[in-house]
Amino acid sequence: MKHLLSAGDLTAAAATEILDIAAEMAAVQGREIKKLPTLRGRTVVNLFYEDSTRTRISFEAAAKRLSADVINFSAKGSSVEKGESLKDTAWTLQAMGADAVVIRHPASGAPYRLANWVNGSVLNAGDGTHEHPTQALLDAYTIRSRMGRIDGLRVAIVGDVLHSRVARSNALLLKTLGAKVTLVGPPTLVPQELGDVSYDLDALLPDSDVVMMLRVQKERMHSSYLPSAREYSRRYGLDGARLRRLPEHAIVMHPGPMNRGMEITPEVADSPRSTIVEQVTNGVSVRMACLYLLLGGK
Amino acid sequence: MPYAKTVLTDADVQRVVDRIAHQILEKTQGAQDVVLMGIVSRGVPLARRLAERISAFEGLSLPVGALDITLYRDDLRQQAVRKVGHTEEPPGGVDGRRVILVDDVLFSGRTIRAALDALSDLGRPGVVQLAVLVDRGHRQLPIRADYVGKNIPTALTEKVRVKLAEIDGTDEVQLEAA
Repeated sequence: MKHLLSAGDLTAAAATEILDIAAEMAAVQGREIKKLPTLRGRTVVNLFYEDSTRTRISFEAAAKRLSADVINFSAKGSSVEKGESLKDTAWTLQAMGADAVVIRHPASGAPYRLANWVNGSVLNAGDGTHEHPTQALLDAYTIRSRMGRIDGLRVAIVGDVLHSRVARSNALLLKTLGAKVTLVGPPTLVPQELGDVSYDLDALLPDSDVVMMLRVQKERMHSSYLPSAREYSRRYGLDGARLRRLPEHAIVMHPGPMNRGMEITPEVADSPRSTIVEQVTNGVSVRMACLYLLLGGK
Repeated sequence: MPYAKTVLTDADVQRVVDRIAHQILEKTQGAQDVVLMGIVSRGVPLARRLAERISAFEGLSLPVGALDITLYRDDLRQQAVRKVGHTEEPPGGVDGRRVILVDDVLFSGRTIRAALDALSDLGRPGVVQLAVLVDRGHRQLPIRADYVGKNIPTALTEKVRVKLAEIDGTDEVQLEAA
């Protein structure tokens, strides 16, 4: 593996290997000494053109726990604000000897362009409305560790699927791993090409093993995708009453950051069936596994 | 001329494991505080066998763990990405105990160097010892084994192939040259 750009590029075997290595990394996270010497001398650059707390911190922790050197670059307060292009920034990183570049960018496809300009590995940490492969991998890891398997599970991805890179990457990866994925939301926000589609969350709940809630991006409220926040919340928000209609074993996921009271109520978010905190913990292990696979060899 | 000659048969392997088990009992005052850590992959079944033999001889049940050293290797950048094996801490941990690392072949000593690093990240053993089925020489580091099944003089071009029933379906040690 040279780059990690799309969850769709991963075969079932490759994805399973990442999850298996992540399990070993998770065991290391449970020890007193959480650091491995594996990537000593390697340099990982976090190149973030969008605000992000958890993803950047997660990648930073993952790289540091593998003993790599980390350089954080955020577009705010950098030469990007002076008008530097992505290509020129890429050359700068190249000149600094970056072995891997973790990129978050508002433009879909930016990581693909970057991969052509630098010699090192490129990890897509979210590009526009396109993909966020490590989020899908950590979600798959979380499902596997809670449910014991992924193959054959019924997964509902609920919300603004159209603009969600998390939804896209998850739909691709979970299908590769044998899950049955249904995309749920208002017709204006659910594309047809990603998998089975439903507009009726209530009908789907009793037949779901995993419910993955997506964050409703506030800016969508003003662009006529949704009639109102209240109507969205009433039809597609996950509250206690809907939680009780799920099968006993079902889990609730959310990639964060949450809008409590909008797509998910605090009662659901803080219930034992919610995996939201585990997802963050697992993110570090999964990103360690990805960095190892990209940088751990010749 | 390519050749493959058997240096230990399955009966030999069993005898050698029995002998190492006895030596461990002798040298450690009856295996007090001993923890067996097998190095992935073939060190793990060997460690289990040693524990089983010691249990048969003395009725002691020793904790057994598995140590994968992939993430501690010093030659990761010289090859394609290696598979990561499963590390399992022994019940009760390693702190303060007499940890015996178990591996199939002792060669350059680099695996054991990595194993010592991996072990010290798991805890702080009181004593660390090393048991190997075969010592083939050609050390590149100041490392030696405390328990050796068989010393096999080899040329650098030769390969020592250890087969164990748990992994390979049969017990045998062969010396090969291409």
